[in-house]
Amino acid sequence: MTAPVLSVAGLSVTTTAGQRIVEDLSLDLGAGEILGLVGESGSGKTVACRAIMQLLPAAAMRVTGGRVSLKGRDLTGLTEAGMQKVRGGEIGMIFQNPTAHLDPVMRIGAQIAEAVRLHEGLSRRDARLRAIEALRQVGIPDPARRVDAFPHEFSGGMRQRAMIAVALACNPQVLIADEPTTALDVTVQAQILRLLLELRDKRGLSIILITHDLGVVAQTCDSIAVLYGGRLCERGPKRTLLAYPVHAYTAGLIRCQPSTLGGSGRLDTISGQPPTLGAMPDGCRFHPRCSRATPVCQSLQPAIAGFGPAHVAACHNPAQVEVAA
Amino acid sequence: MNAVPLLTVDNVSVEFAARGGAPLGLGKRVLRAVNGVTLEVRPGEALGLVGESGSGKSTLGRAILGLEPTTGGMVTFDGLRVGEGRSADIARLRRETAMVFQDPYGSLNPKMTAAEAIAEVLQVHRKVSPADIPARVAELLTTVGLRPELGGRRPSSLSGGQCQRVGVARALAVDPRLIIADECVAALDVSIQGQIINLFMDLRERMDLALIFIAHDLAIVRRLCDRIAVMYLGQIVEEGPTEAVFNDPRHPYTQALIRAIPEIDPDLPLPADPLSGDPPSPLSLPTGCTFHPRCVHATAPCRTDPPPAARISPGRRWTCILAPGAAAPGISLPSQPEKELTR
Repeated sequence: MTAPVLSVAGLSVTTTAGQRIVEDLSLDLGAGEILGLVGESGSGKTVACRAIMQLLPAAAMRVTGGRVSLKGRDLTGLTEAGMQKVRGGEIGMIFQNPTAHLDPVMRIGAQIAEAVRLHEGLSRRDARLRAIEALRQVGIPDPARRVDAFPHEFSGGMRQRAMIAVALACNPQVLIADEPTTALDVTVQAQILRLLLELRDKRGLSIILITHDLGVVAQTCDSIAVLYGGRLCERGPKRTLLAYPVHAYTAGLIRCQPSTLGGSGRLDTISGQPPTLGAMPDGCRFHPRCSRATPVCQSLQPAIAGFGPAHVAACHNPAQVEVAA
Repeated sequence: MNAVPLLTVDNVSVEFAARGGAPLGLGKRVLRAVNGVTLEVRPGEALGLVGESGSGKSTLGRAILGLEPTTGGMVTFDGLRVGEGRSADIARLRRETAMVFQDPYGSLNPKMTAAEAIAEVLQVHRKVSPADIPARVAELLTTVGLRPELGGRRPSSLSGGQCQRVGVARALAVDPRLIIADECVAALDVSIQGQIINLFMDLRERMDLALIFIAHDLAIVRRLCDRIAVMYLGQIVEEGPTEAVFNDPRHPYTQALIRAIPEIDPDLPLPADPLSGDPPSPLSLPTGCTFHPRCVHATAPCRTDPPPAARISPGRRWTCILAPGAAAPGISLPSQPEKELTR
């Protein structure tokens, strides 16, 4: 693989109360790669991405270790002014709820133009043309007219497209998408996922897709990272990880998703519930819910080990993996 | 299966007066949330009610329990006409039906412990004598898979899945014959969703419980429900036995909905041509078949003619003029790969 576009090494985030929300997280995102960041609520996936963007609420938590580098340049030491150039300019971000992240009293076109005028110093006229082009690229019909619409005049799916247009107006290399389709209907979700794939293919965009839905991951991502209780459980190429999950949590997540293709009887489940911040178990954080747990899991945190090309996991009792030919 | 329906929904409509429109109440606009729905649920049967947001499935669920006034048609529960019931009838309805809601925290009183919330239902409906309430509460907590000592906790110190179990226990407290569960697992983590679905499966085996399961997740409905009804813009566009509808959907919307669900298998990709657009506003329903603006098969009659009447084959009903099976050149499911499946 060529050098990663975005590299996260040993990232840790700690709350002001001293609890570690994200612990020693390492990820690489290649050019044109879509990485799925999977986990349940409280797994730290959103906090990790906000830490990459340096958008953590300063009163509540801060980065306490690790490096984030974009094309070899360390972002961790940047000033707020420097980081503002990165946000939107080099890394775009979209969120679950477009209604909350678009300004309701500002025309859609003006919100896109604001970003390009700030980052690229375009004239009003050129910024407007760029806004129309950006709306066209995300598949909004009649963009020359829609550029003057307000967010409330758009449907949910169109608002998500508009937010993608704002995020991509300055041609960033990386897009961080935080549950971008969770609030949408399945038919609209399919449209947005297809749009993300198209943008990757046409522009070589690299995407981190945060989601809890392994179906979405299977359909869009190249590689998958699974988080649990703020730590990385397993990371690897999509097909390897879905077919031969090493970590008991990954295997459990895959098993407990029902299929539209059939199946009958009880669903597989993972007993218990995800840990909460104040009460993280010792050792492997998954051990209270794990069917494979042994005494060592209760006291010793498993180290991350390799299980094949680009496939790593942190488990004391890994599944026996057939080494792919 | 018992032939006498427990619940009959006959041509029911629910309309709301919408804000806006011309001043002085001229050209008052009407939002048709539910538009002439007909359904039957037999004792012990599980019906999945699916559709996108705004399709009217929640409003229909509330109308069935008399929580939303209907503007047309009739809901009959076990011989009791819901819309025109006297207070004694409504009291019986409340004793024999229950609802489980989507938001596990929002549907519980934050100041009441789990046990108090369940006991309240028992007191209101005088199901057991006051002396027996604690024992019955403990029994209900056990039924939904919670240790009785958790009854002393308030919602803030319970997890989402545990709160949802308390919600189910409250519903079961009246010994209902029908439960309407409105998106009751949508807010839960994937690993917890399965626990609640399995709980419903257990309850259906142990009690003769009819269930209307309102959901947008078709995979869950396929697992849990005997029959499925698909709603679009306030109307039921297709209804039938779950397996029959999944294997041979007759309405193009049902087909699009099934195909749009991302499978966990990378060899079964999403369609290259997902259903385009969004559902139109229920304030201005399209003429003809309401699905025609998004339908790839739409022809001139679909746009102009009155909406198609329901077509019926044994156990099934759908509203589309296309011939069954011929419905979908280009909408066939991707053929199963020959190779051995990896899981």
